Amino acid sequence: MPLLLTEEQSMLRDSARGLISDHAPVAHLRKLRDTRDATGFSRELWATFAEMGFAGLLVPEEHGGSGLGAVEAGVVMEEIGRTLMPSPFFATAVLSVSALTRAGSAAQKSEVLPKIASGALLAALALDEGAKHRPLHTALQAVRSGNGFKLSGAKAMVVDGHVADLLIVAARSAGAPGERDGLTLFLVDPKAKGVAIERTIMVDAHNAARVTLDNVEVTADHVLGDVDGGAGVLSGVLDLGRGAVASEMVGLSEEVFGRTVAYLKERKQFGKAIGEFQALQHRAAHLYIEIEITRAAVLKALQTLDADPAGATAAVAVAKARAGATATRAVQEGVQMHGGMGMTDQFDIGFFMKRARLCEELLGDANFHAAQLAQMRGY
Amino acid sequence: MADLDTFRRETRAWLEANCPPEMRQPMTSEEDTFWGGRNAKFSSEPQRIWFERMRDKGWTVPHWPREYGGGGLDGEEAKIVRQEMAAIGARAPITSFGISMLGPALLKYGTDEQKREHLPKITAGLIRWCQGYSEPNAGSDLASLQTRAESNGDDYIINGQKIWTSYANYADWIFCLVRTDPTAKKHDGISFILFDMTSKGVTTKPILLISGRSPFCETFFDNVRVPKANVLGTVNRGWDVAKYLLQHERAMISGMGERGGSRPLGQVAADSVGSDGQGRLDDALLRAEIATFDVDEAALAAAAERMVDLAKAGQGHPAFSSAMKYYGTELNKRRHELLMSSGGIDALEWESERSHEGARPRAWLRTKANSIEGGTSEVMLGIVAKRILDLPGA
Ligand SMILES: Cc1cc2nc3c(=O)[nH]c(=O)nc-3n(C[C@H](O)[C@H](O)[C@H](O)COP(=O)(O)OP(=O)(O)OC[C@H]3O[C@@H](n4cnc5c(N)ncnc54)[C@H](O)[C@@H]3O)c2cc1C
Ligand SMILES: Cc1cc2nc3c(=O)[nH]c(=O)nc-3n(C[C@H](O)[C@H](O)[C@H](O)COP(=O)(O)OP(=O)(O)OC[C@H]3O[C@@H](n4cnc5c(N)ncnc54)[C@H](O)[C@@H]3O)c2cc1C
Repeated sequence: MPLLLTEEQSMLRDSARGLISDHAPVAHLRKLRDTRDATGFSRELWATFAEMGFAGLLVPEEHGGSGLGAVEAGVVMEEIGRTLMPSPFFATAVLSVSALTRAGSAAQKSEVLPKIASGALLAALALDEGAKHRPLHTALQAVRSGNGFKLSGAKAMVVDGHVADLLIVAARSAGAPGERDGLTLFLVDPKAKGVAIERTIMVDAHNAARVTLDNVEVTADHVLGDVDGGAGVLSGVLDLGRGAVASEMVGLSEEVFGRTVAYLKERKQFGKAIGEFQALQHRAAHLYIEIEITRAAVLKALQTLDADPAGATAAVAVAKARAGATATRAVQEGVQMHGGMGMTDQFDIGFFMKRARLCEELLGDANFHAAQLAQMRGY
Repeated sequence: MADLDTFRRETRAWLEANCPPEMRQPMTSEEDTFWGGRNAKFSSEPQRIWFERMRDKGWTVPHWPREYGGGGLDGEEAKIVRQEMAAIGARAPITSFGISMLGPALLKYGTDEQKREHLPKITAGLIRWCQGYSEPNAGSDLASLQTRAESNGDDYIINGQKIWTSYANYADWIFCLVRTDPTAKKHDGISFILFDMTSKGVTTKPILLISGRSPFCETFFDNVRVPKANVLGTVNRGWDVAKYLLQHERAMISGMGERGGSRPLGQVAADSVGSDGQGRLDDALLRAEIATFDVDEAALAAAAERMVDLAKAGQGHPAFSSAMKYYGTELNKRRHELLMSSGGIDALEWESERSHEGARPRAWLRTKANSIEGGTSEVMLGIVAKRILDLPGA
């Protein structure tokens, strides 16, 4: 398969770009931040997203979605990255849909997926508990109680946690933190007794929350997938999520880069455009090359996720590691080459820097993924 | 799609049946490369068999037309051949400037007669070519070259000097840049001309490299007589041909680090450095550097694949091979720094059978030229800044 977008995928990109750039330029994020918006995104825009079929992009057709794949999810994420649009797309339409389609019972799927596709339901994945992404270190306890479980523990970083109508909680039902066996996923009602949710205002002004569970009761019907077998489901879900975040970072990097090159052509010092100085030209060219190579690696990962999901882990690790390193470079060069202007809040470039930092931590940073690759290659 | 699946199966089976096991091992010395030419020598029987089978199938250049000895494959099919060869670690049957550099220029700019004359000898490995671009005072600033070609009836008389001419002392023919109009602006008076290295007045003098090998020469032209019919493309428009060829040369150099099925670098490192109880390389910082390298290498492979696909779809940027050349060569240098660092003392032995006559340090030193030959890294960045980013004054 050529390492290019198909015609349909390019059309999807164009329509996502049109919608997002019209309705959610960076000013949209700025306004949500400055007004301390309680929801943190625009519900109206999410309804439009649903109408255009984006909310149900990955939902199978029999459940009211479009049944598309990782490449299409990446296409939308990349456009989101260009304008830093806060959107439930990642947590609801990518992570949660992926978990439900992979592991959900027939009843769970037909109950939840159509509502997600129609834009009526938001969901969030509650996984990470510490400062760094370590899925197997999940310690939140699931203790058997009657025909169900009682859940207790704390999640440190739940994207969209405070607006979700449904939480997908990773818990330890057996074994010790660090072990692969013994993880179970649960569908938890955020309004259930014992659930406490604290919205956290993060550096990037996107949605996040801390979620604490204190003896929250769930029945066997709320188990998603097999008891103790959650790690297998999670790794597929996370790989898709990583591909999606990597795509967001490609969009973000390219946008920062475009703005920076435009500035190099426009800003004059020493009687000429600063883009005439070779010291900056070479750095800009290097950054361009890094971004193009990362774009190829990310598309490769997305295509592999669609063609051979179980064999995609290495390609995904490469993509996420590259995307993190590239976005980090892009935003740093972006701010630096804008001089004093780049340091001002009034100028958008800082928003990209903040978001890139958060994306780098989401679902594993570059070190995490490079180490994964080393392990897979046996050294 | 079904056709391509069939093609892949057939290709895999054919390679399985025809590629000798010895030709699936990573190359360890210069003898492992077969260059072709009038004085061609095979270093082993498997090398001969492999070359001849690939030649007979048209697969020394799978995507060239059959009438010139190519395989007549389309882009997708040629990609499958590359992938299947890489999957078993098959060596290139021949390494040839005729294939990677001159051929594409001949296909684009050659007359029918020129194509019929030269291409079949390239695919069959009968003629070995060298590249006469650089001069002592024309390196990065190639267009300032001074080698003159003066009109004399149906011929040109060529005088001047080239330098860094790779394997000029082994080559049968040269593709050469000469100044045919000394009064025109520097890019406008250059022609691209082909001639036999046995022509009267051609002499070569090898230059020793820091690797202790001598893969290139100073090349002198003293009243060399060459028919005007040997000009490729239009007289005085040789710069167009030269640049087109450089795109292909740069794409080729960017892939020089590709290693097919060889062992992961981290495992090679473990041979000397050792591993801890959990199977991790027993040097955390080296492991991290190698892992980061592996990430970048895998990403570059994807980018190389995408570059070919973009070009096929007519969406490629002609200057993109400069981007790839820059990144690929810098990466290959990194790879060899890591190999040296991994090997420690073992990687420093210069002579001995044990060290394959210093294969590792010599290869390491050789890679330092990757970011110089075919246009330096700085020049590549300049090209990207100017032609792709459109930065002012670049
Ligand atoms: C937090 C902060 C506090 C400050 N405090 C003060 C203060 O108290 N008083 C005061 O007077 N100023 C202050 N400054 C201003 C500071 O000195 C300028 O921002 C700085 O000199 C750069 O100028 P500029 O912002 O116009 O960037 P520009 O000069 O426009 O530079 C933009 C980019 O072009 C690059 N560039 C410019 N020329 C060249 C060249 N010839 N070759 C290669 N690259 C080049 C720069 O390195 C930079 O990356 C402050 C700035 C900041 C961010
Ligand atoms: C192993 C090897 C094989 C080769 N084979 C061939 C061959 O077969 N045929 C052939 O014709 N040539 C060949 N070359 C020559 C090669 O193309 C030249 O060495 C190359 O183009 C650089 O020219 P130079 O050596 O004169 O360096 P220079 O141009 O003198 O460059 C010196 C340094 O200055 C930098 N520099 C130059 N201009 C700029 C600029 N504008 N901005 C910033 N930095 C700049 C360069 O990047 C470099 O770091 C080969 C070279 C090597 C090393």
